[in-house]
Amino acid sequence: MLANAWIIPLLPLIAFVAIVFFTNRNQKLSSLISIGAVCLSFVISLFVIASVLKNPVASEFELTWVDLPGFKIKVGMLIDPLTAVMLFVVCTVSMLVHIYSVGYMAGDPRFSRFFSFLSLFTFSMLGLVIANNFLEIFIFWELVGLTSYLLIGFWFEKKIASDAGKKAFITTRTGDLGFIIGILILTTAAGTFNFKEMFHAVEAGHIPFGLLTVGAIFLFAGAVGKSAQFPLHVWLPDAMEGPTPVSALIHAATMVAAGVYLVARTITIYLAAENAALVVAIIGCFTAFLAASIALVQNDIKRVLAYSTISQLGYMIMVLGLGGFTAGSFHLYTHAFFKALLFLGAGSVIHAMHTNDIWDMGGLYRKMKITAITFIIASLSISGIFPLSGFWSKDEILAVASHYHNPIFLIVGVLVAGMTAFYMFRLCFVTFFGQPRDQEKFDHAHESPKVMTIPLMILAFLSIVAGWVGIPWLKHGYCSFVFHHEPHHVEPNFLLMIISTLVALSGIYLAYAMYYKGSISPEKLKAKFAFPYKVLYNKYYFDELYHAVIVNPLLKLCDFLFTKLDVGVVDWLVNGVGNFTVFLSDVKEWFDSRIVDGAVNGLAYVTKGIGSGLRRVQTGQLQNYAFVIFFGLVLIILFKLS
Amino acid sequence: MVGLNHYLVLSTILFCIGIFGVLTRRNAIGILMSIELMFNAVNINFVAFSKFVTPTDFVGQIFAIFVITIAAAEATVGLAIVLLIYRNFKGINVDNINIMKW
Repeated sequence: MLANAWIIPLLPLIAFVAIVFFTNRNQKLSSLISIGAVCLSFVISLFVIASVLKNPVASEFELTWVDLPGFKIKVGMLIDPLTAVMLFVVCTVSMLVHIYSVGYMAGDPRFSRFFSFLSLFTFSMLGLVIANNFLEIFIFWELVGLTSYLLIGFWFEKKIASDAGKKAFITTRTGDLGFIIGILILTTAAGTFNFKEMFHAVEAGHIPFGLLTVGAIFLFAGAVGKSAQFPLHVWLPDAMEGPTPVSALIHAATMVAAGVYLVARTITIYLAAENAALVVAIIGCFTAFLAASIALVQNDIKRVLAYSTISQLGYMIMVLGLGGFTAGSFHLYTHAFFKALLFLGAGSVIHAMHTNDIWDMGGLYRKMKITAITFIIASLSISGIFPLSGFWSKDEILAVASHYHNPIFLIVGVLVAGMTAFYMFRLCFVTFFGQPRDQEKFDHAHESPKVMTIPLMILAFLSIVAGWVGIPWLKHGYCSFVFHHEPHHVEPNFLLMIISTLVALSGIYLAYAMYYKGSISPEKLKAKFAFPYKVLYNKYYFDELYHAVIVNPLLKLCDFLFTKLDVGVVDWLVNGVGNFTVFLSDVKEWFDSRIVDGAVNGLAYVTKGIGSGLRRVQTGQLQNYAFVIFFGLVLIILFKLS
Repeated sequence: MVGLNHYLVLSTILFCIGIFGVLTRRNAIGILMSIELMFNAVNINFVAFSKFVTPTDFVGQIFAIFVITIAAAEATVGLAIVLLIYRNFKGINVDNINIMKW
């Protein structure tokens, strides 16, 4: 079974090719092919995870791709518990998103194309997950970037959407530059692309420590870009311009998960390079706090979710930096389900209300029961309320953080947990409860079709139970399945559990008091903390900062190069050459028309003139001819005689 | 005594009259008649040479008879052409018959 796991990514690729080349005209068939392929992949991934569960060792399959003397490039797949879990998560979320999209994208003129892109996206992420070497992971990494660009800019008629696509692409490319430098450093030092061989080299200490640290930090730059960590986090909120199912896919299973997966996959390197790991942890921790604080005040439902994703990804990156391989991958796994659910739920709301602004909504619970309930379940889960899946994974993260000698990570972790609970329930209360704020839109709102609500219910179920595999008391739970070297058993820390739950509950209560009961006026708070509010509302002015520091100077430079270098020098040269050629042509034209044509025409004129003179001789008078003959004869005779 | 030279002078005079007639006459029949004169000048030459140079055989005389015969045939063809010219051009003045120029 495991040897055939390459079929999992292959199926969506086949679907992509089939839709693009054959069934593009037939929307229904296209969506069926796409969904069928991902469902089959899902089934195979179940077999894979079952077989890995039975025998949890890493198995590797490889074949040579490029064979040059002294240099071989191999492609292959590495299937270990982490891969198996990721395959399962990606397939599940992708499958549900595919099904949901049938309802959400109904009536879109580029329906088939959307499904072909979804398939390609799924293929790229699955390929990334099973890759067994850096080169292969890089190829799929870039494919993920490309397809996310295509999907974010899917409604490219809107300038804002195509801009968002470009922003996502360029920002992640910035990180990818670091990624490829990191790959080159590490592979040059270790002499191999292969993960396992490189990890052996790292653990045996064959790579100098300094080189390892630099390589690891550069490698992390790729993850920073993809997983939208500070300072490259700016693309993810803008990526909201894509269709909502795409956002769900990007935020839950594919794209942003790739960065976390990369760090998890190369955890051996970070464990060996402690300084690099510390950088990872600090960036993750900082991002978690930064994004959570921005999410507190945003008004766009998808933007809040986007910042919550960044914040949760920061969590994962932080704990991976602290060496918590199990905790990080576990949170990635649980987060995928409730984040996908949140986005799909938000999509359902947007589908009904045709607006993203939460202050246009309100009271939707009465109209959209399924959406509201599933959304609240996901919110509870992300807030870390017992016994939903988010509770277990978040607790795992806090437990790892509590073991670190510096308490800052734990403090920030708990703080972020409270903020998460607050902004998620702010969203819930404003959107689903209270009085409708826009009566007209409210009257038009309706529950989404079954094809959209059923994925919501499945995800809600998973958001509740998915975390149960990681309950600390479980003997053969997640911790004894996905681990680095030794099963990682964090002792259940009741104090921590109680603290985190209390913090989350107080966050929820605060949201309840502010946005449902109104006992604390948000307006007054806003007025009191006007400056912090403004800074948060404008996302710490990161976009403006990047515009001022990077984009505008770059544009200015381009403008300068354009006006001065291109127009002034290059165009001048080109035009000069052109003008000189025109001049040469003029000279040649003169020579041609005057000299060559003159000679040719002159010859013709001379011939014509002689002809017209000579034809006078032909009088038609027979007697003239006879005279000439006679006279000629006489001349000849005289000549002969003399 | 009439000798060979006398005949030759006569034939020369006749031939020159014939040439002159061919070159100057404007009447087609006149031209034909002038051609006949030239034939006869030639005939005189044949006969005279035959009489004075080879008196024993009669090749010259026989040739002259051939020339007369052929001239008669030629005159027939020529007169037929003249007749057609007359029909086509309403006249036989050769000045008007210049369709062969250019």
